[in-house]
Amino acid sequence: MSSSQASEAILVEGLHKSYGDWPVLWDLNLSVGWGEFVVLFGANGTGKTTLLRVLSTQARPESGTVKVSGFDCVRRAESVRSRVGVVGHSGFLYEDLTCRENLMFYGQLFRIDHIRQRVDDVLSQVGMTQRADHRVKTLSHGMQKRVAIARAILHQPQVLLLDEPEGGLDQESLAMLSSLLSEWTQAGRTVVMTTHNVELGLSWADRVAVLSDGGLQFQDSETCRDSAKLRRRLTPEPSPEADGETAQTAGNSNE
Amino acid sequence: MNRFLQPIAIIFWKDILLELRSKDIIISAAVFGFLVVIVFNFALNVTPRLVTQLAPGILWVAFAFAGTLAMNRSFVREKEQGGLEGLLLTPVSRDAIFLGKALVSFLFMLIVEAALLPVFAVMLGFSAFSFMLILTIVLATLGFATVGTLFSAIAVQTRSREIMLPVLFFPIILPVIIGAVEASSQAIGGDGGAGIGKWLPLIGVFDALFLVICPWVFSFVVEE
Repeated sequence: MSSSQASEAILVEGLHKSYGDWPVLWDLNLSVGWGEFVVLFGANGTGKTTLLRVLSTQARPESGTVKVSGFDCVRRAESVRSRVGVVGHSGFLYEDLTCRENLMFYGQLFRIDHIRQRVDDVLSQVGMTQRADHRVKTLSHGMQKRVAIARAILHQPQVLLLDEPEGGLDQESLAMLSSLLSEWTQAGRTVVMTTHNVELGLSWADRVAVLSDGGLQFQDSETCRDSAKLRRRLTPEPSPEADGETAQTAGNSNE
Repeated sequence: MNRFLQPIAIIFWKDILLELRSKDIIISAAVFGFLVVIVFNFALNVTPRLVTQLAPGILWVAFAFAGTLAMNRSFVREKEQGGLEGLLLTPVSRDAIFLGKALVSFLFMLIVEAALLPVFAVMLGFSAFSFMLILTIVLATLGFATVGTLFSAIAVQTRSREIMLPVLFFPIILPVIIGAVEASSQAIGGDGGAGIGKWLPLIGVFDALFLVICPWVFSFVVEE
């Protein structure tokens, strides 16, 4: 199925993924429409990054169906990759190459037409024109992040996946990213982002969801719209059993 | 350019540019190889009568360990800077990524060998300009670079990557190294085509096998 025929940008049904004996995602279902901006929240280790890695074909699902732009992430991985842009924890940039050389390299691999013009455009979009010919290793962390964002949008992907993109960005850079993502979704493209920043996530998202216990919980419910309630949900509370164990341990030590 | 060959050329050129900037692969491998020659030259008294017996072994010890050093750096750089993940996110086949990396390792090893061979020849007293010797080096290096690239991609995922590469890699490449030592011995000894005839096809067969199997295995190695 081609992307133009796909009714949903992302479709995940019954996804299972584990690392060794440790299950991370199980029976996860998710559907994201075109032009939608979905923010995923979740405590550490709940599988947010794993879900993005599966969607970007970096990790293989054990079972279930995962489709991006109508293409199966396992059987049509190369088609998915040409339609997905990823901003991860690493910038995927070569430190000894300049910003422009990095973008030219990736642009050639994505077979972009009029590549020089496109590279200039994205560098301008992320405010890095002045530093275009500087080596990446000479840039600050925030500037490297801007170039990583430029790399992710270079091939104008239909689906943009961002894993905690706000890390290292100053207020000006965050405003740039916000406006860029807003334009992105207005053009009918889809964004899925993970973050721990509740205020930022709520202000940018069309729809929010919380990852917990291997699946998506509280999709766009009242909890998701209220930052205080959401923050409480994201803070792991000690379970009654754990409280009991703690009390017992304290009791034993007193003895 | 062909859809399959173009990404290979792009990855190849990127690695050359990175090496021109950092110079950490070729220089370290060449210095290491040169030190091996010096040490062996002083440790062993290579007389003209013994050169055929000793020179090929010394030559391939230096080439093999210098090559391992170069191969290790190639993927460590990709891993440290996140470049490998970036490559895997592009719509380029894993085969093309592998062949691009293997081709550049092949070139780097040839450059190191071209720098070391004349030094060896002068110190140990044999002719470096033997067509059969050069053909042996090129064929054996092709197999070495192909298998080395695969095992470098495996080793880089482990914690003790510098140790893991030679441990995993040398048992597999052993037939090529044995063939290379034997063929070099014939070439240096001036045997011409007679004795070398059985070793070069052996290296060629292993090269062909490695060129088919390694890109295929690579796609599983980089799969999460």
